[in-house]
Amino acid sequence: MRETLTRLRYRLVPDHVLGEILAKNWIDNAIPFVILLLTLAVLGALIPGLLTLGGLSGLAPQFGEWLLVVLAMTIVMLGGGIDLSVGSVFALSNFVTLALVNMLGWPIPLVMLIALACGAAVGLVNGVLVGYLRLRAFLTTLVTLIIVRSVVDMLILAYAVKVARPVTRSAIWDFISFRHVLGMPVSLVVALTVAIAGHVFLTRLRPGWQILAVGGSRRSAYNAGLPVRRTVAMTYVVSGTLAAAAGIFYASRLNAAGSDTGVGMEVLALTAAVVGGNSLGGGRGSVFKALLGTIIVLIVSNSLIRLSLPTGGSSLVLGLVLLAAVAIDVKWLKNRGKVLSRVYVSPTYMKLGRSPETGEHSSSPYAVNDRLRDVELIGLGEIDGPEDPILDAEGNLYSGTRQGDIIRFLAPDYRRKEVFVHTGGHPLGMAFDREGNLVTCVAGMGVYRIGPDRKAVKLSDQTNRSWFSVIDDSRMRLADDLDIAPDGRIFFSEATIRFDMSEWMVDALESRGNGRIISFDPRSGSTRTVISKLRFPNGICMARDGQSFFFAETWGCSISRYWFDGPKRGTHEVVIPDLPGYPDNINRASDGGYWLALVGMRTPAFDMALRKPGFRKRMVERVAPDSWLFPNMNYGCVVKFDETGRITDCLWDRRGTNHPMITSMREDRGWLYLGGVSNNRIGRYRIPGADPEWTASASYRGDKP
Amino acid sequence: MRSSAAFVFTQERIVIVITLALFVLFSATLSNFLTAGNILALIQNVSILGILGVAMALAIIGRGIDLSVVATMAVSVAWVLQLSNNGVPIDLAILMGLGLALSIGLANGFLVAYIEIPAIFATLAMGTVAYGFVRSLLLDDNLIYLKGASDTWFEWIGSGQVLGVPNAVLLFGLVALVAHVILRITVAGRFLYAMGDNPVAARSTGVPIRPLILLQYVTSAAIAFIAGVIAATSVDSVETRIARSNLVYDIILVVVIGGVGLSGGKGSIRNVIVGTLMIGVLVNGMTIMNVPYTLQNIIKSLILLGAIIVDSIMNPRDEQTSQQGDI
Repeated sequence: MRETLTRLRYRLVPDHVLGEILAKNWIDNAIPFVILLLTLAVLGALIPGLLTLGGLSGLAPQFGEWLLVVLAMTIVMLGGGIDLSVGSVFALSNFVTLALVNMLGWPIPLVMLIALACGAAVGLVNGVLVGYLRLRAFLTTLVTLIIVRSVVDMLILAYAVKVARPVTRSAIWDFISFRHVLGMPVSLVVALTVAIAGHVFLTRLRPGWQILAVGGSRRSAYNAGLPVRRTVAMTYVVSGTLAAAAGIFYASRLNAAGSDTGVGMEVLALTAAVVGGNSLGGGRGSVFKALLGTIIVLIVSNSLIRLSLPTGGSSLVLGLVLLAAVAIDVKWLKNRGKVLSRVYVSPTYMKLGRSPETGEHSSSPYAVNDRLRDVELIGLGEIDGPEDPILDAEGNLYSGTRQGDIIRFLAPDYRRKEVFVHTGGHPLGMAFDREGNLVTCVAGMGVYRIGPDRKAVKLSDQTNRSWFSVIDDSRMRLADDLDIAPDGRIFFSEATIRFDMSEWMVDALESRGNGRIISFDPRSGSTRTVISKLRFPNGICMARDGQSFFFAETWGCSISRYWFDGPKRGTHEVVIPDLPGYPDNINRASDGGYWLALVGMRTPAFDMALRKPGFRKRMVERVAPDSWLFPNMNYGCVVKFDETGRITDCLWDRRGTNHPMITSMREDRGWLYLGGVSNNRIGRYRIPGADPEWTASASYRGDKP
Repeated sequence: MRSSAAFVFTQERIVIVITLALFVLFSATLSNFLTAGNILALIQNVSILGILGVAMALAIIGRGIDLSVVATMAVSVAWVLQLSNNGVPIDLAILMGLGLALSIGLANGFLVAYIEIPAIFATLAMGTVAYGFVRSLLLDDNLIYLKGASDTWFEWIGSGQVLGVPNAVLLFGLVALVAHVILRITVAGRFLYAMGDNPVAARSTGVPIRPLILLQYVTSAAIAFIAGVIAATSVDSVETRIARSNLVYDIILVVVIGGVGLSGGKGSIRNVIVGTLMIGVLVNGMTIMNVPYTLQNIIKSLILLGAIIVDSIMNPRDEQTSQQGDI
């Protein structure tokens, strides 16, 4: 009863989604978004009419100007700096625009260019000082803030009267000041255009990436050869120009040059940028965050005015908002990884069938013996992680290693070895196609074909993305084993989409069904997921009917058969339901059966833990990883089964020293070659009575069983 | 080590030479510069700047910065005056004001040490919050006059003199001396240098970094309160809007120009005194010459910029040594 409830609970509640969401980049936007909703709720309740269309559209012109200034602040912050001079540049641009238009009557486009150039010039000064002279951004831009502000004050003192005099208005000026495009003021349209361009720039273009790289880690960016100083300087120039653009719109809207123009704007812009979730210190942030922050701060500050708080009240609120935003930002950045590592592993309920008997003198087909005791060893200590050895037509032995190579041991005695090819990932499952090319699954990379000329070609590294997966499962993380159908299609397993190769054992703690089988069709070059939600699908081997293959689910302790052609096309059924251990690779045997490696044996303790997901969850949260209860992977064996799933043979090494963990075995010319993903050797066992002429390729050609 | 010590000494000496040159220049060109009254006024005016400079120097030596000193000074003392005007006994009012200042310092220290917000932002925002909080909830007006406790020992603090020397100057000397002794002799002072020089190494060797940061900002707030009391009692009023002025940049100017390295761990109180004298002479001369306030701002800013550039050349940071997020 209780177990039924547990089973339902873990079937219905998708625990793993929380960790997957936390691992997403866009989750950084969640906090500012919640803040926005809270702000709207609180202020909307306090101020009647705030959230009506009229109340919001009244803010639109201001919104455009503010957005430009916040974008200016954001781009500098992304590059790891800060620009406090935006408010002064805003005021400077406002004054320059009004002076040139009203006092001197210059043509508007020229005036705009000059105003933008003024902003860019101040930005350039900042950029040279901070970028090239390596001054501290905060103090330096503070000084330029004061200097530019003082200059503007002096200019206003001298020319205030003349500037304020309205002069005949031109069509362009009226358009900018009063007209609406698509129901929005021109300033907002321009600001949104700049925002979209900025988004594309930061996320798609090289200079944008360089800004993020410099902000993320200046030292690494420098060591990687990026032009750090120029990049930093450029962010300030962009910032000055954007602030100046905002100033032009302000001038066109209000036509007034007061000494309080843009005062305190830098604090508002900083607050907006940080509230939106852009990190102080750089490297993390986006245009969208700036947009969110702008909306929040705009609404808050306008509401504060309308609430008519006592003097200093709005300072209090804005200061508290800034502090809270920075505090959340700092703590979020620091703790996100910690939380993620706690909640990412999310075990689920699984009940395995009864484990078959393996007693030495029992009548069980799995009865322990000692037939692997005296295997010959190949490459002892010279090779690390031969997951799936394979032999070519000449009898040379190939195997992947943890270092990313495929090693070739030369026939007939396998004493000489050479690096056949270097892949860069850990080559796992292997198969030869009809043309003699070696096709291999490379963990972390995908499926590769290596010709006899040692040239590696990528066949596939991504498949179709599933619709409702939070994780982007289109890229392959852990392609494991493969086999090739008679028509050339390659079927391969991806063990898990949630963990990398180094953490493959952690997937056992979840036992969810994170894996899938994928097919690659060389004729069309397309890759499709065939079966998903499998519990660590591992070995794949073509059946002899040419229409189906057997596949092993390691954590499911079962072997199934899938039909990709023929009358049962698209269906799969279990062939061996309950193995005594965890199955790995499957390969053909010379007598018409199939060899299967058991990588480890089931234990009653872990079988029980699988039925107690809460226990495993607590263990993952509270206990150090090296003390976790894992499946036993210290002792395995090789079994042989026939088409019906009956076990016909069983090979053990009782001492468990030569091959404590067997991940694969390959029969060739009367020998059985044994591999293990954490072994430092390949074993070779003479199969009594086996056909000395039998090879896998002959079997696949149909010449042999 | 030796070369950098020699270099700091050189910068200090340069500043002294410039100060003397300005002094001589102003004495020769400005008729009412070298008068006893003006010199006294000069020293008196800069003593508050100097005391605030000492507070700032403590923060900067510990690799922090305290942008809230001016706000702390203004609002805590304004509250003292307000309380005393409302009939609270002056000694109790002073205690309450001091408590307010220390709370602001404690909040700064907490934000920097425990929440790990960069000091520059924590103190900037805290200054705004402190001003907003006190102004909106505790004060009646921007400008608070000293009415309740006029003609008492309290007013004497800032306006009186001993043996012809204004109390403000004496108190500046006293604060500087105490701070110097703390920095040079006490364990906390030596730890402050260690922390400013290399916080990670200091923590590894067992320096209690977080309590020390708390102490650092609490001390700086306490010194700011002393400066506020002197300022308020010398002019019999407090203008709270000074919290939003550029005064804090003058203080940074005083500290940096005297030779206290912004990257922390370098400099002493002597540097603050030298910087104070130079800025005092400069501002006094410009005021006598009737240089407009905005132009004075520009000149001071340019000098500060120069000081930061010199600082960054003498304590260079490059791509390899700069800290991430250190802005």
